[in-house]
Amino acid sequence: MTNTVDTGVEIRPFHVDVADEALDDLRRRIASTNWPEQETVADESQGVPLAMIQKLASYWMTDYDWRTCEAMLNALPQFVTEIDGLDIHFIHVRSQHEDALPLVVNHGWPGSIIEQLKIIDRLTHPTAHGASAEDAFHVVIPSMPGYGFSGKPTSTGWGPERMGRAWAELMGRLGYDRYVAQGGDWGAFVVDQMGLQAPEGLLAIHTNMPATVPSDVDEASLAGQPPPPGLAADERRAYEQLIRTYKQVEYARMMAARPQTLYGIADSPVGLAAWLLDHNDADGQPAAAVVSALDRATSATGELTRDEVLDNITLYWLTNTGVSASRLYWEYKGGFFNAKGVSIPVAVTVFPGEQYQAPRSWAERAYPNLIYFNEVDRGGHFAAWEEPDLFSAEVRAAFTSQRTTNGGRHD
Amino acid sequence: MSSVVETAVEIRPFHVDVPEEELDDLRRRIASTRWPDKELVDDQSQGVQLATIQELVRYWGTEYDFRRLKARLDAWPQFITEIDGLDIHFIHARSPHQDALPLIITHGWPGSVVEMLNVVGPLTDPTAHGGSADDAFHLVVPSLPGYGFSAKPTATGWDPVHIADAWIELMRRLGYVQFVAQGGDWGAQITDVMGAKAPPELLGIHSNMPGTVPSDVAKALASNVLGAGDPPPSGLSADEQRAYDQLSFLYTKGIGYALEMALRPQTLYGLADSPVALAAWMLDHDAQSYEEIARSFEGDPVGSLTRDEVLDNITFTWVTNTGTSSARLYWENTLGFFDVKGVSVPAAVSVFPRELYQAPRSWTEQAYPKLIYFNEVDAGNHFAAWQEPELFTTEVRAAFRSLRTNGGPS
Repeated sequence: MTNTVDTGVEIRPFHVDVADEALDDLRRRIASTNWPEQETVADESQGVPLAMIQKLASYWMTDYDWRTCEAMLNALPQFVTEIDGLDIHFIHVRSQHEDALPLVVNHGWPGSIIEQLKIIDRLTHPTAHGASAEDAFHVVIPSMPGYGFSGKPTSTGWGPERMGRAWAELMGRLGYDRYVAQGGDWGAFVVDQMGLQAPEGLLAIHTNMPATVPSDVDEASLAGQPPPPGLAADERRAYEQLIRTYKQVEYARMMAARPQTLYGIADSPVGLAAWLLDHNDADGQPAAAVVSALDRATSATGELTRDEVLDNITLYWLTNTGVSASRLYWEYKGGFFNAKGVSIPVAVTVFPGEQYQAPRSWAERAYPNLIYFNEVDRGGHFAAWEEPDLFSAEVRAAFTSQRTTNGGRHD
Repeated sequence: MSSVVETAVEIRPFHVDVPEEELDDLRRRIASTRWPDKELVDDQSQGVQLATIQELVRYWGTEYDFRRLKARLDAWPQFITEIDGLDIHFIHARSPHQDALPLIITHGWPGSVVEMLNVVGPLTDPTAHGGSADDAFHLVVPSLPGYGFSAKPTATGWDPVHIADAWIELMRRLGYVQFVAQGGDWGAQITDVMGAKAPPELLGIHSNMPGTVPSDVAKALASNVLGAGDPPPSGLSADEQRAYDQLSFLYTKGIGYALEMALRPQTLYGLADSPVALAAWMLDHDAQSYEEIARSFEGDPVGSLTRDEVLDNITFTWVTNTGTSSARLYWENTLGFFDVKGVSVPAAVSVFPRELYQAPRSWTEQAYPKLIYFNEVDAGNHFAAWQEPELFTTEVRAAFRSLRTNGGPS
């Protein structure tokens, strides 16, 4: 289905094949975990509570089945292609609707392609999910460098800017000359960079973690100083959410300063699991949706389950990418949520549990070509993972206006 | 030697007892370490370098003598006593000179009483170490709550202020009616708090990591942590500007580990489960001490900070499983690391050249109104007692000399 011929660059099919010994070793390590004592508080304010991680570890060791995840991944068309000297792994699912809009979706940290699995069929096969054929996408989901089955960089330089260029190259290599891009967390940084780079063929981006903060508010929030005068109510709320967020992201500052020191996330499964679990959002730290998933065995409506949480953690473990993924924080030297100056068409969905709820006023200033803005009533930082139906509906609505130009691929 | 009778509070002798199975388990874990890939840079700017930690682990697993830690600790009288509901472990080495000055030395993170083992002899028995009998100390070296063989708090509240109270109680319980206190790192904060509380028995303090930063400078530094914020106050002298620049680097790039421990100590499960995780975390205190510790694994140690010393401290933390409990002190703390603490007793300060920042004399004089001693020495990093025991000993003797006219044992 790929057309490697005209680009002359090899795109190799990829299948996940984890050795039994790796899974045995993982179980052995979990079983022999040396635990610290319980935290000295009755809540999550000192970090991932002992009872929470012990319960997860117990399930991980006994009943969790990686092979189910592996089969799910291998049921999807996966490929590896070398871009800019690095092997990039990606899922590429073509819609049965030939004039579907090509879309590259970029995950974040502590995520992976596992975050996006539930949206693939919803986006490529909309008629099976209550949407129409005109909503169809061809979906490309790459693993970031250093993440999952992509190669681990052996030299510096793989920040969001370089990834943005790589994704443009990837879409071109797949024959897509008109496409859109979507991202949250690091994926949002990458799609913002793509928006700045505005490669030929990129019609628009959609972000669920928009960078909209005006410079005066950005400086005040970073410095922990009072907000500038004259903020509207929703702007004031966003400022306060930023202040809260900056007090919850010491894990990010550690990874930005000293990623290599985190040997425990390579050597200890529970060390890795706790580190990955403890990502905050507006609903808590760890994110409330992730905490509640740990008690959810199955979900009919797409809510996050403990197996999905462990699929993601186990992917990090089996690929030994805890440290290589952390290096992205070290690589990035730019601002967090400050407006970056993207001038191509941008669509924004504001999820209530995201780090901050971008006010429309800021979004309009940050993205002068704002084609879509919507505040939804549920979902947090891991929107695609937590609310796949709602997220998919947002992505469809976000890009409806871009379809008049009729994206497609050259063959 | 101690006066337990009059206080009626039990002080129990303590000896190190680490089961051989625990050491076997440690060796097994070391041997089965799973490594990440190498850092992408040729220096330490991404953290503890793979080659350094792999050499540490090789030596730890194959050549390091696990029994040396027990032998070194048991060479000194050790005790446990319950203070405020928590068992506190301490070394208590009385000087052969009866009128020695009682001194309590407090270690920091990622340290332990191991940091002080090389100064116990010189401080308590100066005539055997090139000093005079007039320089003798009766020495008390406690393990912080959650560190070493002290108990781990099971409830919140053991912050530096609480620990300072406990140390005052400990010295009273030992029968010392006049004493001095010394510290670096957390020990410096605790010692400063003792100096601010100023119990009548406390004659003076000595710090090798003084809290001297004026409030306007501290405010400017805090606002800059994430890269925005205030410029440094105007009118800083050259040494003040140097201190500002050192602290600014520290706050923005240098103490990610401390910030994470202050926010989410419990999340650091790797410290309990993985020897290499613990070792790397403990190696990475600050860039200067890291570089010198790394040299000890290249056969080129700086001062007394040898690979065996480094591994004594890490092994001590591993066998007591105190990686997480020691990290909680950061969570408990509410004081600014280098802020002025309001010390009112006589204070002595030694400035070591590779400490986190070089406290300017001007700031030090403001911070400690009764500054009895200030000296900038020419060697030593953050772990002054550990790395430069002779120099440290000389400083402590000089620091407290003026207080001996009325010092004395009970």
